[in-house]
Amino acid sequence: MPEPLLEVENLSVSYLTDTADIRAVEKVNLSVQAGEFLGIVGESGCGKSTLLFAIAQLLSPPAEVTSGRVVFRGQDLVRLTDNELRLVRWRDYSVVMQSAMNALNPMKSIGAQFKDTMRAHERVSANAIRTRSAEVLHLVGIDATHLESYPHQLSGGMRQRAMIAMALLFTPQLVIMDEPTSALDVVAQRSLMTQIKELQQKLGFAVMFVTHDMSVIANYSDRLMVMYAGQVAEIGATRSIFERPLHPYSKGLLDAFPSVRGPRRPLTGIPGSPPDLGRPPTGCRFHPRCSEVMTQCLTTEPELFSVEATEVRCLLYADSAEPAVAR
Amino acid sequence: MKYVSRRVGLFLITLWAALTVNFIIPRVMPGNEATAVLATFRDVNPAALHALQIEFGVNVHQNILLTYVQYIGNCLTGQFGLTAQRVPVLTEIISKLPWTLGLVGVTTIIAFAIGTLVGVLGAWRRGGKLDGLLPPMLFIVASFPVFFVGLLLLYVFAVTLNWLPLSSNYSIGLEPSLSLSFIGDVLVHAVLPGLSLVVVTAGLWIYSMRNNMITTLAEDYVKMGRAKGLRSWRIMVDYAARNAILPNLTGFAMQLGYVLGGSILVEYTFSYPGLGYLFYTSTTDHDLPLMQALFLVYTLAVLVCVLLADLATARLDPRTRDA
Amino acid sequence: MSTATIAAETEPIEVVAGTRSQSAFARFTRAILRNRKASAGTVILLILVLLAIFPGVIARDDPEAAIYGQNLGPSAQHLLGTTQLGQDVFSQLIWGTRLTLIVTVVVSALATVISMVIGVSAAYIGGLTDRSLSLLTDIFLIIPTLPLLIVLASYLPPGSVTMIVVLTLTSWAFQARQLRSQGLSLRARDFLSAAKVRGERTSYIIFVEIIPTMTSLIVASFLGLSVFVVGFAAGLQFLGLGNSTELTWGTMLYYAQQGGALEAGNAWWALAPGAAVAFMGAGFALVNYAFDEIGNPALRPVRKRRARTTA
Repeated sequence: MPEPLLEVENLSVSYLTDTADIRAVEKVNLSVQAGEFLGIVGESGCGKSTLLFAIAQLLSPPAEVTSGRVVFRGQDLVRLTDNELRLVRWRDYSVVMQSAMNALNPMKSIGAQFKDTMRAHERVSANAIRTRSAEVLHLVGIDATHLESYPHQLSGGMRQRAMIAMALLFTPQLVIMDEPTSALDVVAQRSLMTQIKELQQKLGFAVMFVTHDMSVIANYSDRLMVMYAGQVAEIGATRSIFERPLHPYSKGLLDAFPSVRGPRRPLTGIPGSPPDLGRPPTGCRFHPRCSEVMTQCLTTEPELFSVEATEVRCLLYADSAEPAVAR
Repeated sequence: MKYVSRRVGLFLITLWAALTVNFIIPRVMPGNEATAVLATFRDVNPAALHALQIEFGVNVHQNILLTYVQYIGNCLTGQFGLTAQRVPVLTEIISKLPWTLGLVGVTTIIAFAIGTLVGVLGAWRRGGKLDGLLPPMLFIVASFPVFFVGLLLLYVFAVTLNWLPLSSNYSIGLEPSLSLSFIGDVLVHAVLPGLSLVVVTAGLWIYSMRNNMITTLAEDYVKMGRAKGLRSWRIMVDYAARNAILPNLTGFAMQLGYVLGGSILVEYTFSYPGLGYLFYTSTTDHDLPLMQALFLVYTLAVLVCVLLADLATARLDPRTRDA
Repeated sequence: MSTATIAAETEPIEVVAGTRSQSAFARFTRAILRNRKASAGTVILLILVLLAIFPGVIARDDPEAAIYGQNLGPSAQHLLGTTQLGQDVFSQLIWGTRLTLIVTVVVSALATVISMVIGVSAAYIGGLTDRSLSLLTDIFLIIPTLPLLIVLASYLPPGSVTMIVVLTLTSWAFQARQLRSQGLSLRARDFLSAAKVRGERTSYIIFVEIIPTMTSLIVASFLGLSVFVVGFAAGLQFLGLGNSTELTWGTMLYYAQQGGALEAGNAWWALAPGAAVAFMGAGFALVNYAFDEIGNPALRPVRKRRARTTA
């Protein structure tokens, strides 16, 4: 197996406030290969966005990385200084956020925002900037005249695509996306997803895509990671997880979606609500809501166990396989 | 364009409202203030007397609407009547205007510069003991009544230390001229009043600016700036400060009314003979024509500044172009 | 009230609808005690209230009695010296608390009520009512306060009632914009649609449904306004537009200025009332500032902890 592009080891993130220590991400391990599309799904509050921002080194107080490493192309991003990070940012990995309306500076034209990004990293002529800007816009199907436009002058879908174009300015190896389709209607969602996948195949970058809606990435991601209460619940090939979800939570998530062509069956949700991460449940964090809970689930914290090519954090699989890695 | 026309409209309507307030007050307030005052006017310039009668509704036996229209016309042509000393109001105002303009103009610019710099930097560098203590300290100092600051400074620097003059805008006996020594004398006299104004105004602006900046720093596009690998100072200026200041420019201009009020009190405290001190003497002299004219002048000053801020916003904030 | 935006549109603070008043009060008290600024401010205000109610406990001398030596400096008998007429400055200061506090509180309360009614009505009723009320608010915001105060006060008989009337008239506009924007954010909430569907009248919805959920903002407005009212009232009286026979800190300042206190070297007479005004302002400001922090956690002091441990 070639060296992974990104290796996250034992990453923990907490929100440190006067009153409490909220452990939003708890010892997460994952790796992303070059050109891979990794989807990350979970409920609101499960820590997926926090994880993403932690990896991208974009956390703001009171959130802080409390332990772990984020090894990207051989460098631990957590240990880099701000200046060292600046060299890596955007050139090697870039970020796409949920709402382009909020992520784009309302007072600068699209072109100006492309320009300051390029100027921050290399000395280029105005001509080169304009050429490259037009190029990336063309990639996402936007006419170059819109370089002069301001964010509020573009439609929602266009804005989102402009943001993706900006992320591709230096053709980075990894693009981190935080729910970029959530603000769009289903038709625009589908069109954007297709475009992202096309660009990925054309330019060869890896994608980490966070969403709360599994159906959005079902057809596009190579691997899928299910997060619950700040931990990895299950991670494996998308196909495998969809066809045979192992973790009761993943099963619950998939059961909540009706199949368009399959037989009609009653929809079930997952009872209860996500735990308070300031005081998580003892043992397995999912046990209060689990339909297959066993007595040991209340006291033993499950490791990640390997079941064929999938890893799952559930005591149901404790006997059948070795722990994935001694963690 | 729609934005600009809306703001010009607001300018005109507020101006009209101020003029109308001036017209209504003498007619609505209990007592015969106006009549009493005007009764003392004898053997004066008939045109000026007539202007006063129209403004105050004394001895005017005609349709009130007609009077109103004539009054507005008078105001627009600068006919405000005479002061208690029988000097044309307009002349009196114009003679004192430069002193106040100088004092308030310079201190406002200084206070704005300090307020913006300290506020922006203070918000940018959060954390540490200073972050918890400085802002409320500033807010408290900003809420000190300006005359208290003035009196305190007077006591320390003028009375006790005798470093700076006690009052007035230039030493008694000096002839006004453009000579360096005269200008120096003027500046020395302006230090304490100016300092009082700067302390209170800057305090207020630091507080406002810091809060605006903190809110702006929480925005996603600032995070994006970081994500893109932009330099710290560029994010601070281009993505944060600009977005914190510009939408609030009009708000800052509206605070000018408070600053002007402060300048009136400062001029009174220091016996600094500008428009503010004139305002004060008009109350002791019960000089209604002068008082009401000064009210209009101060209102107009705020209106003009607000309009300028609006125009600047229209020019610099792209979101207003399509509003 | 966030004085950062005295006259500008603001983002409304998140309000949870329908909080039970008992637990809200308990939470409120806890929040105040935990926040140092709020505690300090509350202590200051409590002291002032007590002084206003029981001035005789601390200041034995009759404030009006002009029987002592003139322009005396501070001493054991006269903690802050005497005035030009031989009155005890300390007594005047303490006894002046009552009227000063009353005027401030009454004006702030009235102005807050008016701005609340206008702001929320504008937000909820919308349309032409909203536009005209907003215009009215803007006009009052732009017209400079002290000049208007001076003109109004000159026509009316001097006294506390006049003070209250003119100060209320010029202060209500400060908070109306912010209350309106809060009202707008609440307008779309479900509990209001429910009330409307039930057939409740608009006035009922405004007074019984909307306003109680805005309590924290209303209290913050009241506090923030008080900071400035106390200064404006004192300023007016300082200029001589108050009733000079009434005893307030502002009138004390007036007499001090007229009597040439500073020139005569009687600093305490001139500075003490001003300091008292600043003190009261600080009390309101601290509690208000704490309210801002409690309501908007982003403004709280940031603690930077370097807790990076290796895996």
